Amino acid sequence: MTKLGHGSFLQKLVVRVPFIWLLAFFLLPFAIVLKISLSQTAIARPPYTPVLDLTAGWHGVTAFFGGLSFDNYALIGGDPLYVLSYLKSVEIAAFATLMLLVVGYPVAYAIARTSPRWQAVLVLLVILPFWTSLLIRVYAWMNILQRDGLLNDVLMALSLVKTPPAWLATDTAIYIGIVYSYLPFMVLPLYATLEKLDQSLLEAAADLGCPRWKAFWLVTLPLSSSGVIAGVLLCFIPIVGEFVIPDLLGGSRAPMIGQTIWVEFFGNQDWPAASAVAIVLVCLLVTPIVIYQHQAMRAAERD
Amino acid sequence: MRRVSAFNLVSLAVGIAFLYLPIVVLVIYSFNASRLVAVWGGWSLHWYAVLIHDAALIDAASISIRLALLSASAATVLGMLAALALVRFGRFRGRLLFAAMIYAPLVMPEVITGLSLLLLFVAVAADRGFWTVAIAHTTMAMCFVTVIVQSRLADFDRSLEEAAMDLGASPLKTFFAVTLPLILPAVIAAWMLAFALSLDDLVIASFTTGPGATTLPIRIYSEVRLGVKPEMNAVCSIMIAVIAIAVIAASLFGKLTTARGGPGRVQS
Repeated sequence: MTKLGHGSFLQKLVVRVPFIWLLAFFLLPFAIVLKISLSQTAIARPPYTPVLDLTAGWHGVTAFFGGLSFDNYALIGGDPLYVLSYLKSVEIAAFATLMLLVVGYPVAYAIARTSPRWQAVLVLLVILPFWTSLLIRVYAWMNILQRDGLLNDVLMALSLVKTPPAWLATDTAIYIGIVYSYLPFMVLPLYATLEKLDQSLLEAAADLGCPRWKAFWLVTLPLSSSGVIAGVLLCFIPIVGEFVIPDLLGGSRAPMIGQTIWVEFFGNQDWPAASAVAIVLVCLLVTPIVIYQHQAMRAAERD
Repeated sequence: MRRVSAFNLVSLAVGIAFLYLPIVVLVIYSFNASRLVAVWGGWSLHWYAVLIHDAALIDAASISIRLALLSASAATVLGMLAALALVRFGRFRGRLLFAAMIYAPLVMPEVITGLSLLLLFVAVAADRGFWTVAIAHTTMAMCFVTVIVQSRLADFDRSLEEAAMDLGASPLKTFFAVTLPLILPAVIAAWMLAFALSLDDLVIASFTTGPGATTLPIRIYSEVRLGVKPEMNAVCSIMIAVIAIAVIAASLFGKLTTARGGPGRVQS
């Protein structure tokens, strides 16, 4: 098919430059994380052992493999701190994704029902906050949720509460922050499938006497399933490993796994443990990531 | 013209209000004269004036901007090559692995990307600083660029390229004379996205940076961890203003709205 000189020097260059870049800076780093997760902590630079020493020849290689162990994984499995941290992350990600779907679907649906001119404006309005830094958007919520912040002012003014409740450092604050930050990731894929939805199908359902809620349930929802799947995966996977939102809004009492990795690494300087926690997290996410990749590639190929 | 029901109108109003209210509150509070962040003390530009004398902050901003310019440009070139490879060159050896490496970083938790790159830099004993963060940001952003450019490449009329080559243009010339002008709106949008991603990033930069390369988000994070600070309201408001102006200008200019269909590759 291609006329751009099949197998030419130029074509090789176009493929190989990004390919080699990704091998070096995406795949190779994972191999290193895997290797370090099988190492021991040591008081040294770098702070782990064994270090592969190729200058020692074959002896160096055997010494290296002999020194690897699964101790870090045993540590993770045996320590309720880590196990709870994983469970907490998955729990928060699952509930937050569900909330995002409930909040995002009506918004996406409403955008898709407006005129094309308004659709362009509304899509831009949904996208715009998402261009500003996540850090800034989370920080904006710290302003609102602090004890003498706007939310409590409003609640007090309406006499809904007598004493201002603490919102920061609670799970509620984490959920608010996540739903807020990830809303565009949910709305956009949903909008894209809903916008393509053939209206005549709904008209046909109405002509045949189907009530609107039932038509939604039987026609709209199933036909938008690819958007739902894309939105859910696009939110769920990164939320599990989220660091900034739980760290700034959730406080340090109920850490999610992203914070655990951060603390093991920067706080405890335990690189092997941090690596092992990261590897387990990747294994946890591998199924949704593969489904996501499959979907994304199919979508790219359809066009 | 489709009819918009009351329910849809309410969903839209609530949704948009939810997205903008916190940002509006932040910007208003940045003009607060009071030192106490929660007490309104009248309008003032005091906190903006304070920023001008904060040398560390200005230094961090300049590092972040240079970093974003460099990594966005590198990511755009690499991402464009990757998109060409995926769309134009059919089934080459290793295509599946290649595509997997493009899509995986889009959803990979940043903590893992940051940690793995840091361990790579330690393993090869690279001096950590500006350049290591630049490599990390380039790698992260190039995948977003690929997805955006790829959708544009897939859309356009291939016969234009074929005509140019039938008339004797070399592949290189065809690319610069035909292909590039046609995909330019997507390339510009992709560059802007890469720039914004680099400017935003806290987690990956924290892992891969070294002494002397404190980026603006790292600086802001260390300031706000322990609570809201009025100067930080002002910094964040400036960043919001700059980004809002850039995005609105660009979207008036081109097809930015559709190009940021994002990682889900969602637009038609």
